[in-house]
Amino acid sequence: MKLEDKLYLLKFKPDEKTHLQPKEEDCQRCTERPCTTFCPAQVYKWEEGKLVVSFENCLECGSCRIGCTFVSVDWRYPRGGFGVSFRFG
Amino acid sequence: MREDAFDAIVVGAGPAGTAAAYLLAQAGWQVVLVERGDYPGAKNVMGGILYRKAMEEVIPSFWEEAPVERHISEQRLWVLSSDSAFSLGYKSDQLAKGPYNAFTVLRAKFDSWFAKRAEEAGAILVSQTVVEDLIFDQDQVIGVRTGREEGDLFAQVVILADGVNSLLAQQAGLHPEILPYQVALAVKEIISLPKEKIEDRFNLEEGEGTAIEIVGENTKGQVGTGFIYTNRESLSVGVGVLLQDLVKSRLTPQDLIEGMKTHPLIRRLLAGGETEEYSAHLIPEGGWVAIPQLYRGGLMVAGDAGMLVNSLHREGSNMALTSGRLAAGAALRAKEVGDFSAASLSSYRTALEQSFVLQDLKRYRRVSGLLSGHPHLFSLYPQMANEAAHEILVVDGRPKAEKVQLIKGMVFQKLSRWEILKDLYHLWRTFR
Repeated sequence: MKLEDKLYLLKFKPDEKTHLQPKEEDCQRCTERPCTTFCPAQVYKWEEGKLVVSFENCLECGSCRIGCTFVSVDWRYPRGGFGVSFRFG
Repeated sequence: MREDAFDAIVVGAGPAGTAAAYLLAQAGWQVVLVERGDYPGAKNVMGGILYRKAMEEVIPSFWEEAPVERHISEQRLWVLSSDSAFSLGYKSDQLAKGPYNAFTVLRAKFDSWFAKRAEEAGAILVSQTVVEDLIFDQDQVIGVRTGREEGDLFAQVVILADGVNSLLAQQAGLHPEILPYQVALAVKEIISLPKEKIEDRFNLEEGEGTAIEIVGENTKGQVGTGFIYTNRESLSVGVGVLLQDLVKSRLTPQDLIEGMKTHPLIRRLLAGGETEEYSAHLIPEGGWVAIPQLYRGGLMVAGDAGMLVNSLHREGSNMALTSGRLAAGAALRAKEVGDFSAASLSSYRTALEQSFVLQDLKRYRRVSGLLSGHPHLFSLYPQMANEAAHEILVVDGRPKAEKVQLIKGMVFQKLSRWEILKDLYHLWRTFR
């Protein structure tokens, strides 16, 4: 099953503003960009020389907070009532 | 103390926080339980095993009314190669009879029920609310700042049960940033299957469940494990790997779980099932050395927020429930003497030290180092166990002595006697 189809099953209520903010200068000097592979929802993609952050798909696990090479992600919880809601958990 | 202050504020309606809130409310305290999700459980993920003893110490005979899925009557361990498996298991009628040892649960359902019980006991549940800051008066925590307007709440004591990503514990200076070798990233799918299929495929009587832990090929040489747990009408299937290893390997969690689901031993168990939900969660696996300071004036930390997980025995929910319960006990003692200072709340740490929680974590303090320092325990050894079993079991006319020589040759070709001795020594030192 494709990841997109798995994410499609979930109930998300995305906020207008992102809760995940990597510092752009860190992403630019980062050569490995492990967030683009370990993030379980592929929130991070490297496109046209920039890190694109699809925070709407975030599963709120916190991996990018800890696994970022430069510990560069300003990681917050989405505001109350926003983000993912698990039905089973 | 301010006039509008509560007796206690609990942050996070998981097992640790709700246990604390329930017990304090029962003791007649004014307690606020703050939860960031739409409902308790909406943000909460675990593999799915809840232990009876720890929960029963909060609510006796809870399983008679709580939404548990199945009681576990069999535990298995599978050691996978790419196309085979070496397996161990324990199944018992004693485990199948009440009062049971463990249950599978789905956290969205279970945590909602548990928080409702806390509300019935008198706790005030405030959902959809993120606690953004702690409020201090000099060295003493006196409340929390929530994301709501005019959202400051005050209390004599704050219990942090906000999970592995406890930004608040960090902010309180209780622990430094968690490192990638101290957490495992796990992904999980809930795969629905009819009840009869589950009971047939897993050889279960009605209501009984199986827990299968899976090591080897499913983590592709990385430190980690997979699992299959049976729920009432679904399976919880997942795999978790040290974040440090995922950073290095560049493998994706999606590829790991899809690979595991198609292993010849697993594929047939899941056949015809439909994925209902996909989730991800960090498991705090730093162990003894990574446990933060668990209290300061006006503040205690419980559950995952305190790194209270025994990864070796996949015990977390019991440690969360027990630490929440012991934090409530320490708060009650502090109230008796009218002293919520750090010195007074140190009785929480003492109680944890006297319980299995810190005793087990101390005993297995070397596990984290052993596992992250010996990745071939998860790759080479599983492969060798399977190859050895294959040689022994295939009847092909060759004498057994020749087969044993063959196995020895195969083993020593991959590892020297010295390396094996070293591994055995480290294993012995970790588990003695």
